[in-house]
This record gives sequence, C-alpha cells and structure tokens, in this order.
Amino acid sequence: MAKRSAAVVGLAEWKPERVWPRPMFSLEACAELAALALADAGVEKREVDGLCIGGIYESPLFGPSAAAEYLGIHANFAETVDLGGATSAGMLWRAAAAIEVGACETVLVLCPSIPPPRPDGAKRGKLDFPIYLGGDAWGSPQGAFEIPAGLVAATPSFAMVAQRYMARYGLREETLAKIAVDARYNAQFNPDAIFYGKPITLEDVMQSRRVADPLKLLEIVMPCFGGGALLVTTAERAARARHRPVFVAGFGEHLTHKSITYAPDLLDNPIRVAAERAFRMAGISHAAVDVVQPYDCFTITVLVTLENAGFCGKGEGERFVTERSLRWDGDFPLNTHGGQLGAGQAGTAGGLSHLTEAVRQLQGRAGARQLKKCDVAYANGTGGMMAEQVAVILQGA
Amino acid sequence: MGTRHDSTGRPLPLANPTTRPHFDAAREHRFAMQRCPRDGFFFYPRSRCPNCLGADWSWETASGRGVVHSFTIDRTGHVPALAKLAPYAIAIVELDEGPRCTARLVDCDVEAVRVGMRVEAAYEEIEGGTLVNFRPRL
Repeated sequence: MAKRSAAVVGLAEWKPERVWPRPMFSLEACAELAALALADAGVEKREVDGLCIGGIYESPLFGPSAAAEYLGIHANFAETVDLGGATSAGMLWRAAAAIEVGACETVLVLCPSIPPPRPDGAKRGKLDFPIYLGGDAWGSPQGAFEIPAGLVAATPSFAMVAQRYMARYGLREETLAKIAVDARYNAQFNPDAIFYGKPITLEDVMQSRRVADPLKLLEIVMPCFGGGALLVTTAERAARARHRPVFVAGFGEHLTHKSITYAPDLLDNPIRVAAERAFRMAGISHAAVDVVQPYDCFTITVLVTLENAGFCGKGEGERFVTERSLRWDGDFPLNTHGGQLGAGQAGTAGGLSHLTEAVRQLQGRAGARQLKKCDVAYANGTGGMMAEQVAVILQGA
Repeated sequence: MGTRHDSTGRPLPLANPTTRPHFDAAREHRFAMQRCPRDGFFFYPRSRCPNCLGADWSWETASGRGVVHSFTIDRTGHVPALAKLAPYAIAIVELDEGPRCTARLVDCDVEAVRVGMRVEAAYEEIEGGTLVNFRPRL
C-alpha cells in the first residue's frame, strides 16, 4: 500500500542561467525560495517546523541552525543532506519520513545553487568549487590513488561506465546520442530550459567533440546556476492546500562507493536496490508509472538507470531507447522538462528539477508539455560517480 | 592535502602513514597490497580489511598484473594541471589478485586500448617518488 502520510504541496524553481544576474548569499537564496514555495502552496510560514538544506556557503558548519535563525523558523527537524546529485531526492524522503514518524509537520526543502555577491561590489558572481571537489583532502584515498591517475571531474568516470557497457552488451554511440536529442526536444516545450529554442539532431550530437570516450560534448550537462524548493507537509494539511497533493508514496536510497573504481559492479548500480525498495514500499508497478524522471548528468546515466530501476532488463537498454520515444508526447515520457541535459544542471537544484517537474505533471501545471494523464511519477537522483542514488515514487491524491 | 603537485602543477600522491608502504614499494618497482587472512587482498591501503574490519592483514608484493576492466580516453584533462598530458587513457584495472585500481595507461597508443587488454604496472620516476601507471603487457 502506497504511503500517504506526507505530500508535496508547493514548489519554487528559478530559471537556470549560465551567468547569474542576481548574486545572493545562500541564506538570502533560502529565504527567497522559501517565500516562493510557501506562496505557491498557500501555506503560512508559521506552519513550517522542519528544514532540509544543502550546503550553506556562509555557514560551512552549523548550516541547519544558521538557516533556522535566518528564516525565523523554530524547527523540530533540521538537517544538511550531502548526497551530490541525489541530495534533493534524499531531502524529500527524509522530510516525508520525519513527517510520518511525527518528528515535525511541515518541511521546507531548499536547494539554492547561485553565486554570492562579490566583496568588491562587482555584479557578476561565480561559485568557487574546489578543483578536485575536495577529493584531495589529507588522507583522502581519492587524493592518493585517483587524482594522480588523472581521474578528476565526473565525465571520465561515467565514460568508463559507458565503455564497460559497450564491452559487456554492445552499444552504438547513436543510442546514447538519441537520449540527448529526445531530452533537447522536451526542452523546446520548457521556456525555462537553458536550451529552449535550441533543438539538436542526432548528427549534431555525433559530431560534437569527444570529451572522454565515448562521451561527447552534447551528451554532457551544461553547468549553470539556479535554485529550487519543495514544501512537504502532512496529508491532513495537504488536503487544505491550493494544489493537488503529491504523496511521497515510496522511496529508496542506496550507496556503496565514492569512486567508480570501487563500485561493486559498474553496470549493477545502486539505483537497482533503491528503486526496488521504492516500488516495493509504494506497492506500485512500473506499468502504473505515467512519467519517468531519472537523473541525467550524462546520456549513459539514463541508459543504465532505465535498466537498473527495472523499466527494462539488463542489456536491453539499447533496444528500449531505440524503440521507444522518450519525448513528453511519446510512448515513454521521460524527463519532460528536458532533463538536465536540456534544461541545465544548476547544482543540487539540477537534481531537484526532476522532482519539481514530476510534481508539476502530477498537479497539472506543466504547461505546453502537460501529460494528458499523470497520477504516478518515478524520479531519482544520482550523486557522485554513480555512487549515491535515491529513488522516489510520487502519487497524486 | 592528500594530493601534492610537482613543479609543473601535475597532481601526485602524498603518502600518509597508512599508504606509505605501498608508495615505498613502488620506489622499488613492486606493487605492494594488503592481504587479510580471511578475505584476501584488498586495495587501496586501509587501516582495516573492508570486509571483516580485521586489523591482522599483512603487506605482500602482488603481481602488478591485471586486465583493463574499463577505460576512457580523456581528451581535455579536465583541470589545467592535467590538460597538458591530454589525451591520455585512464583505466580501471582488475588486478590478478582480485581488487581493482585506477591508473593512467602509458607506453601505448590510446586509440588501441580495449576492455580485457592485459596490462602490467609501469613505474614512473616523479619528483619525490615513484608513480604507478600501467602499460600493455606484451
């Protein structure tokens, strides 16, 4: 039986941008996103007693209390979630679980990913990510054994997943390219997508430059700035909210490794266990899912996720992707907002976009790309190198 | 920091008390790996066996041989310090003893690298130590 104790009732999402026009501190961004999500839901701020946040740049430690203080929230539940691209999905189930056990009643999930104002008053801000994403910390195994081997950033790691897939099952590069083309098609129906107004062809993808074989430039997300939020509350309060309540019907989380080198199996990914747990918890079958919103940092991520999450069998991804249309108006609507491949990867808000779009589809608010029928959505996050993965099943009331 | 940089900015390993025996062996062109009496070899170096959390492991000289489990050709280097080496092949090597490690593949045409290719450790003298790369085994 699907869980119906906690529901998403409101959301906020900034349009992703390559250059962020309004630099803001994380706490300021949290305050604005919170105001937007509360207004969207028609819920009063005084009802909020829970916070899930990512990193707060101006408070590297004690982030939850910094956010509670800044937003004026007396929290009964507050935590920082650190799961890379799976952070937002991890926040959503933590919020729902906290509500279900009665730890709190209404939780703000906040994902700001924008640059702070510069001390010199310059208009353009930039986010300074440490070059090796912290993998070079003293004592870090990654710092001693991966970075000196040249394994840095994410693309080479996912490229090795793709190469292993090709050796194991055989895979044409055109199949991966189609995933990027279908994502870009969907982005043409999302005015907020970074690639709105910029469709691409299979040939464009195939001819884009190789970055880490077999992955090519147009199979890789565009990093950008943005932010988003979700408001999660009890079923009782959700019934009084403005929009159709979206129940967190099931969820699963699984992680086994940080570096792709030590993944137990490059093609048997953590999302297999996470999705199995989510579907079992929800008591919902794959066939009942109306929209599939998998994390798509790279094209290969989508292919192996479809297999591992059980939408097709192992090694069947190529046939599935080739025979089905992944377009919002096709026979297997996938990442109807364009995914991050089409809409842009705005830090943790990029991962959140798979959830906000699922909520929009379930609430009938997806505009030009609205599905005719949408009652059940599957979404997942993928952090690091196919490392931390979180699946959620969402169901409209 | 767990990574140090040579005078060209290239990232190199910085040994710590746990990993030092591996890097000391590399100076002698040996691939040293820990072996748990119950669970066998494991890599990277750890204070305890990642299977049983036992601490009664011992250092052994392994074969330094394996097969390419997967690889990529990094054509950009992704960070400035590595860009000057690009294009280079990175491989996840499945060592004959079981564990996997990641290394740069050297002494080969990057376009000719294949999954399943037999490889062996290739030791590169670097500033202040020896780096373990791999190369095709003829």
